[in-house]
Amino acid sequence: MQYLLMIYAEESAWGTLSEAEQGKIMSDYGAFTKSIIESKHLVGGNRLQDVSSATTVRVRDGRTTKTHGPFAETREQLGGYYLVEAKDLDEACALAARIPGARHGSVEVRPVASM
Amino acid sequence: MAGAVTDAETTSFLSRAYREHGARIHAALVRRVHDLELAEDALQDASVAALEQWKDERPRDPAAWLVRAAFHKAVDRIRRSRLDATKRAEIEALEEAFDPELSFDPLAEDDRLRLMFLCCHPALPFESQVALTLRTVSCLTTVEIARAFMLPEATMAQRLVRAKQKIRDARIPFRTPDLDETGERIDAVLAVVYLVFGEGYAATGGAALVRDDLCTEALRLARLLVDLVPSSGPAAGLRALLLLTDARRAARVDPAGDLVLLEDQDRSLWNREATARGLAEVERAIHLGPSRHPYTLQAAIAALHARAPSPAETDWRQIVSLYGLLREASPSPVVDMNHAVAVAMVDGARSGLALLDAIGAEGELDGEHLFHAARADLLRREGNLAEARQAYERAAARATNEPERRFLARRIRELG
Repeated sequence: MQYLLMIYAEESAWGTLSEAEQGKIMSDYGAFTKSIIESKHLVGGNRLQDVSSATTVRVRDGRTTKTHGPFAETREQLGGYYLVEAKDLDEACALAARIPGARHGSVEVRPVASM
Repeated sequence: MAGAVTDAETTSFLSRAYREHGARIHAALVRRVHDLELAEDALQDASVAALEQWKDERPRDPAAWLVRAAFHKAVDRIRRSRLDATKRAEIEALEEAFDPELSFDPLAEDDRLRLMFLCCHPALPFESQVALTLRTVSCLTTVEIARAFMLPEATMAQRLVRAKQKIRDARIPFRTPDLDETGERIDAVLAVVYLVFGEGYAATGGAALVRDDLCTEALRLARLLVDLVPSSGPAAGLRALLLLTDARRAARVDPAGDLVLLEDQDRSLWNREATARGLAEVERAIHLGPSRHPYTLQAAIAALHARAPSPAETDWRQIVSLYGLLREASPSPVVDMNHAVAVAMVDGARSGLALLDAIGAEGELDGEHLFHAARADLLRREGNLAEARQAYERAAARATNEPERRFLARRIRELG
């Protein structure tokens, strides 16, 4: 079964970190990603650009409107995601707990619906 | 089978099988079909079939009969509802895995524990964990659970359906947790049992103070947990706490249904057998450790009350020090309040009042009738009747069940 692991954190916090701290987090992510490729859990995943780059699209009565910014203003923002294959929720949560971002932000685990 | 069997006899034979083996039946089915809702529906189908077929001949092992029948009903249901290729493969896999010689072996015992862990999975909201445990492990009906929590049946039904759907859709596994998470997961199960007992012992609403059905059910669940995880100190601690508290049940309410405080209770009414079992269980809980687990500490406090032949002979000093440990192990304003009341028994009402007023200043307990009642009681003992009266009135305004309201009204009258 596939689960989407959505990584939420305070985007502004990143800028307050020293270069060394940022480097440490990036290498932790690198190691985590490598390990879930090897364990064959990884289906896909990406880091996202800041919410300042987000655009929200809606179509109402056939008209498309585009607004600047994310769908919802929240304290923590979606900063990246992994799509993983796991045998059950416990396994997916165990993977989520190993994501470096879980240590300061939070990771939402959502099962992917089968089409 | 000689002679005709009446429908009523068959029905009572069936309900006895559920009462005695309900959790095992549910657990055995869930392990095989991996879907709580399907298991429940299939079990209902099987019960209908049982009522029909058991009239002619009763099975030797009714629980195993029900599991077998329900399993086949579950497969029928899958077959009827979904017909694509993947589902067919699912059915084949299920049928292949099915053991026709199925009966209850020691492994099935583990199934009940898995079922408890499944119902109390942290991915479910706490209130759903409680409802699901009562539905699936205790085999109470949705109507009974709704009544127990004073909720409309539709609300409870929806809560159960959502929880079962989440288990299926997010694929919450039916398994025993890994060793490193077992402690935390057992704590979640214990919290559910504790809440069920608490709701039974001091009903938040309604005409009765004690709801025997919920107390009994919580005791059964605690017993089951202790049997299934005999090495767990906290499980033993909780069972001890429930046994010792429940042993006082008969003395806690007078013949008119009114509340009787611990110090006024007729101790000869305490259930000696339950007390003895509770005391032994506390020893076991302390021995297994951790001895400072909140349930074990609370059980140790209950044990000191149980050992005192009279209120005057209670070891309040020891109780104060145990509350001190409990404040560290599980800090909460309610624990602070109970600590303050114990301090009043050792150092006098004035010392207790000073502590209570400090807790009151935080404001968190303002809505709790027990806080105001405790304060009123100490004020009364201090001879400050005017303030005692005010505090009793505040308590009465916040009490939600009838016997407690009557008790507080009586105290107000006694003050003149």
